[in-house]
Amino acid sequence: MSESTKSNHESFLEYKGKYRGILGWILSTDHKRIGLLYLYTMLVFFSVAAILGLLMKIQLIAPGHTIMGPATYNAMFTMHGIIMIFIIVVPGLPAVFGNFFLPLMIGAKDVAFPKLNLASWWIYVIGILIVLTSQFMGDGPPDTGWTFYAPYSFQTPANIVPALVGAFVLGFSSILTGINFVVTIHRLRAPGMKWLKMPLFPWTLYATAWIQILATPVIGITLLLTVMERTLGVGIFDPALGGDPILYQHLFWIYSHPAVYIMILPGMGVISEILPVFSRKRIYGYKAIVLSSLAIAFVGYFVWGHHMFTSGMSGRALFAFSFLTFLVAIPSAIKVFNWVATMYKGSLIFQTPFFWAVSFVFVFMIGGFSGLTLGSLATNVHLHDTHFVVAHFHFIVFGGTGFSFLAALHYWFPKMFGRMFDASWANMGWLIFFAGFLALYLPMFYLGIMGMPRRYYDYLPEFHGANILSSLGAILMIGGALIIIVNLVRSSRYGEKTNDKNPWGGKTLEWQADTPPTLENWEDIPEVTEKPYEYK
Amino acid sequence: MISGASTFVEGVNDAFLFIMGVSFFFLIGITVTIIIFLVRYNSKKNPKPTQVKDSVGLEITWTIIPLILVMGMFYYGYVGWIPMKRPPDEGLVVTANARMWSFSFRYENGRVSDKLYVPKDTAVIINLNALDVLHSFYIPAFRIKEDMVPGLANNRTWFEATKTGTYNIFCAEYCGLQHSYMISEVVVMEPEEFWEWYEDPDAMVEEIPDDADPVVLGRQIVERQGCVACHSLDGTTVVGPTFKGRFGETITVITDGEEREVVYDEEYVRRSIYDPDYDITVGFRAGQMLSYEGEISEQEIEFIVEFLKSLNE
Repeated sequence: MSESTKSNHESFLEYKGKYRGILGWILSTDHKRIGLLYLYTMLVFFSVAAILGLLMKIQLIAPGHTIMGPATYNAMFTMHGIIMIFIIVVPGLPAVFGNFFLPLMIGAKDVAFPKLNLASWWIYVIGILIVLTSQFMGDGPPDTGWTFYAPYSFQTPANIVPALVGAFVLGFSSILTGINFVVTIHRLRAPGMKWLKMPLFPWTLYATAWIQILATPVIGITLLLTVMERTLGVGIFDPALGGDPILYQHLFWIYSHPAVYIMILPGMGVISEILPVFSRKRIYGYKAIVLSSLAIAFVGYFVWGHHMFTSGMSGRALFAFSFLTFLVAIPSAIKVFNWVATMYKGSLIFQTPFFWAVSFVFVFMIGGFSGLTLGSLATNVHLHDTHFVVAHFHFIVFGGTGFSFLAALHYWFPKMFGRMFDASWANMGWLIFFAGFLALYLPMFYLGIMGMPRRYYDYLPEFHGANILSSLGAILMIGGALIIIVNLVRSSRYGEKTNDKNPWGGKTLEWQADTPPTLENWEDIPEVTEKPYEYK
Repeated sequence: MISGASTFVEGVNDAFLFIMGVSFFFLIGITVTIIIFLVRYNSKKNPKPTQVKDSVGLEITWTIIPLILVMGMFYYGYVGWIPMKRPPDEGLVVTANARMWSFSFRYENGRVSDKLYVPKDTAVIINLNALDVLHSFYIPAFRIKEDMVPGLANNRTWFEATKTGTYNIFCAEYCGLQHSYMISEVVVMEPEEFWEWYEDPDAMVEEIPDDADPVVLGRQIVERQGCVACHSLDGTTVVGPTFKGRFGETITVITDGEEREVVYDEEYVRRSIYDPDYDITVGFRAGQMLSYEGEISEQEIEFIVEFLKSLNE
């Protein structure tokens, strides 16, 4: 502790600990430095996976071979999925903003287990490295899609095992972060912060953390069984060895459906932070938002079967899964109504984080409504495994998680770096990105309704028109993303310096800490007397 | 897509239109509300916010109304789907076999076809088989899709086509390299026309007149069976070795782990079709191809050989 007392007035970006230079970062147990480590790691891999996505869309701009062969295309969508899901959106908001802001928002000095927190990042990096070896060693990169469906994943000669082992290791990072957050929230809230005085982003992190702890082991076991089957020939999923490929799908989705809520819940939390601040209003329906977050986390466990409506399950199972899927739509609808109501009679401040938050609500609605079409049995049979599904989950996972990530990044940027981003570039980046996003994914709904299957390297001429629009949208969106990233990276180094503790006028605790925060955040732990978002 | 090509189309479209109708109503309604708020309550026009108290009544209202609506959606989806799950007892039974990356259809009288020929206004029950990995049998125009699962031979689907014509069959489940080329067609015929086609015992042979060019026949077989998905005709390497310029050559293969030289002759072609893993050309992998025994006849192999010879020219 002597180390911290002497550097208590230095920002976390600058203090000198036991180690210097890069070691001072990668061996730091400070939750804020760890948050930034995740951010930088994700920025690198997001760029890689986004470029893979762009190349795929360029391939699809016309029927036939345009820039790559089918083997390359299949490897690309596999890697795009593995990176985006396992390395970016699953850890995503909790790892970056949860780490950085959870202790600040609940008035703690750090997370409950700082060393475990650093270990999580190291496990994360090791997992990434293992995944990457699959690209450069063995008999070619994986070509199974990120779902690794049996029995294709046993028959392909490609280098599947490292990708599975890597995803398995990444799962541990996720579990450990979850445990850390649950304990932190239970034990380290500032005096006076009762459960119902806790801000909503920590609430969603809490719901998410439980899913991480409870659901991730299932995928871990599944991936491990798959590795055993591929290397030792244990017959569990491969029908050639007496296994059941449908069992694989069940186990895979028992994790991977709740994982969708791991991805989106913290995003909903971020939006619930930003809208009150930029409306100067109390959040509407605080309790309803808390309850609906917990409801999503709970009901989300019981709907995995809707990924398998055409796999040959019994009619009774389909009936139940479809019914429960419709129920899980309700808490999301409640949130949307509450967000809109928060803006009612507010004093809306048009700044970049607000633009991201409002556009989030719009794309999230489209994602949600298209999900209803997929939850209904009759329409699912037609739309399952088509481009409609691809559009739907990009609206949720990229539109939802991605937009809220960027909202969070702009919102908390001054606090994190002690500098302001360039607002006009940021707004232009948002506008281009938003337009490109819609042009990229809306045509995919149409393609899916017309019957174009997903994971298609090539397509019949009748699907050409919408694909052109979609590919052009991808180029536009990547252009917008480039502006956003360059602007933020540049601003983090050269942006206008600010020590303003509260540039946006927020009411939550992180805005009472220094900008940028010091090593253990507070000289005196703040005391909480009011609910969050108490605007007058 | 709207016009009904099968009896399922109406039920599916009803569910679709109901869900889309409600969705668009709310999407447009909420978006317009947001825009009105943006205009009316922006900080320039409305510098002082007015705090509003939470209302339990309002929360309950916007929980109950969506709940009722989604139950309506669930109901429409269920009603539109029930007939798909209940095939009738009587009908034309066809077994669909899928392998990487082609479909073949076997009728009860033993006729085999690469396209699915069916009569109009008749129930057609399809038993779905996959020989290697997961595939999915998808006819967009009929609104049906069901996975073809290896080792699980009891997946079935059915339909009743209501319009003559030709419609696409896609494989909807990703199945490897040539997944996007795994396409076939369903041809809906007038019943009389169909039964004529179906019952003609010489139908398969009839396509082969005595004076037919064996090279052309061989090419037809190779294309119909989907061989060219993996074996190119132009010398490029896809999944397996090319067919071009190989016949009559001496090639190096691995047999039982031992390298040896064999002549690429008729006997070699037959063995490679019926027992693909017996000899593996150096540089390629075993386990990529299943036996075509029972799918390609001895006579057809003779035509294939003539076709392969023609590729040397």
